[in-house]
Amino acid sequence: MDWGLILAESARQFIGPQAVYFAIAAIGLNIHFGYTGLLNFGHAGFLAVGAYGLAITVDQGGPWPLGVVIGLLAATVFALLLGIPTLRLRADYLAIVTIASSEIIRILVRATSFPGVGDQWREWTGGSQGINGFNRSFYSINPYNDRLLGFAPVQLWSITVGWALVFLSVLIVFLLMRSPWGRALKAVREDEDAVRALGKNAYVIKMQSLVIGGLFGALGGMLFVLNQGSVQPTPQDLGTPKTFFIWVAMILGGTARLWGPVIGSMIFSGLLSFTDLTLRAMVAEGYVPEWLMDGVQVGQMRFILMGLGLMLLMIFRPQGIFGDKRELALDAR
Amino acid sequence: MPAEPVSSSLPGATAPAMTEALEVPGSHKPDPILIADGIVRRFGGLTAVDVDHLEIQRGLITGLIGPNGAGKTTFFNLMTGFDSPDEGSWSFDGVDIGKMPSHKVARAGMVRTFQLTKALSRLTVIENMKLGAMGQAGEKLWAAPFRFLWDREEQAIEQRADELLVRFKLDHMREEFAGTLSGGQRKLLEMARALMTDPKLIMLDEPMAGVNPALTQSLLEHVKGLRDEGRTVVFVEHDMDVVRDVSDWVVVMAEGAVIAEGPHAAIGANQQVIDAYLGTSHDKALDFGEDA
Repeated sequence: MDWGLILAESARQFIGPQAVYFAIAAIGLNIHFGYTGLLNFGHAGFLAVGAYGLAITVDQGGPWPLGVVIGLLAATVFALLLGIPTLRLRADYLAIVTIASSEIIRILVRATSFPGVGDQWREWTGGSQGINGFNRSFYSINPYNDRLLGFAPVQLWSITVGWALVFLSVLIVFLLMRSPWGRALKAVREDEDAVRALGKNAYVIKMQSLVIGGLFGALGGMLFVLNQGSVQPTPQDLGTPKTFFIWVAMILGGTARLWGPVIGSMIFSGLLSFTDLTLRAMVAEGYVPEWLMDGVQVGQMRFILMGLGLMLLMIFRPQGIFGDKRELALDAR
Repeated sequence: MPAEPVSSSLPGATAPAMTEALEVPGSHKPDPILIADGIVRRFGGLTAVDVDHLEIQRGLITGLIGPNGAGKTTFFNLMTGFDSPDEGSWSFDGVDIGKMPSHKVARAGMVRTFQLTKALSRLTVIENMKLGAMGQAGEKLWAAPFRFLWDREEQAIEQRADELLVRFKLDHMREEFAGTLSGGQRKLLEMARALMTDPKLIMLDEPMAGVNPALTQSLLEHVKGLRDEGRTVVFVEHDMDVVRDVSDWVVVMAEGAVIAEGPHAAIGANQQVIDAYLGTSHDKALDFGEDA
């Protein structure tokens, strides 16, 4: 087993494109759940509207900056559609509605036609094939020509843009959360009625949080599909599994912490790669007997191991890497 | 009998005399701040609140009492927009506030506390206090990232919060999470936080419930202090000693309706009140037979 190779590749994944788009998506989810207490179980829906907004615009001949704007607008509209009927109700309703609507988005873009536009719909969304090749204009401005740290030039470009966006996102969250607005957000998380009794419109505060967190989700979705080079309406890419991986990354780092989602995403991405490579090497070298596990099953096994790791974390450090245990003990209202 | 003022302890200039002529349920007060008319709230077949007419006098402490299930808290919820009645209208300080959402009621100057305290556990005591200030520029999303837009206002709010914390003897807990406070301290914090909104009328839902007796006296002093600075106070309370001690006027509810009102001395002697608390047959001669 070549430990050097395994560790080097895991270290790359620690800061690689996957860690980056998870981080930005998790920053958005952290605004929803960590700071405002909104149970958003459909974060993949925000990734999807961002990704498709960008991909369709560029595929139809628009410039990619316009695609980014359209993706963000689509996420805003999606957040408003989700929030208007549910935010007046108890928190659990939002959870149910978000999980359903993220699936609705994914199934809609897979559809072959759409009322009003007919078969034209499929030409825009690409149906179950998705859309390819929309990232060329983004990579055409790539200044890198050589490999660095084992990253190819195109990866270097997405990592550079990605980390710049991560730092910008963290800065925005920092500025927002130290303000009286951030205080009101956290107060809504603790008790909405108390906030109302103090003359603040809790509904508006929750809506603002839903939109802003959704914008970060959409941005994460765009980075994801730009790096992947294609957008496909599969569950792994833009469905419920993706939502829960983002949840895992956020909880790993610690909720309602500025750097929690970023560090959590790095660990999630790095560990996933490490377990994958290690298991594969063990199977290839014959340390694991064929009847127990073959190379194909490694893909599932690494998620089982991640799940085990998460359980251990919840038992021994329930507040996540950065969380404050003191704060967790106060959870009972 | 001459009508003599019952609230002689008040700073006379601000508090008009409440006379015996007013001791009828639903009487008209000299200067009412809250006027409720025909408020009905039904939960299925149960009529929880059915208040024909009630006026709350400005500048006084009005105690709202009644047996369990009399509809006191429901009445609070209705007045403050946390629940909406099936029928009825009510106005606060001359403004019709029926159908107004709860946060707008609070902005109008009628602020409430809760029976089960709502300390915001994972915010510090000082953050709880600062949240209470009304109309903060920094609470607008567009202004939030730019500190220079709200920095000065924030400092003024913090100073006011610190003064209130000292007055309520919570200043030593300033940086602690509100969730670590004791039950009594939470009541104090909630009252202090409500004061940050600078309310005209403060509605306290069982401010003494679950508070250790040593703290009760200081809480009572705070309630009296609210009146002395010109605010109107309405509070729900079960402890009759407390009611006797602080209230200038007492309103008694039973089975959703206002059955009596007046100064506490008159209330104690009111037959209907006794009936409501103890049942209608208690004053009949007890008959256990000759040799009992």
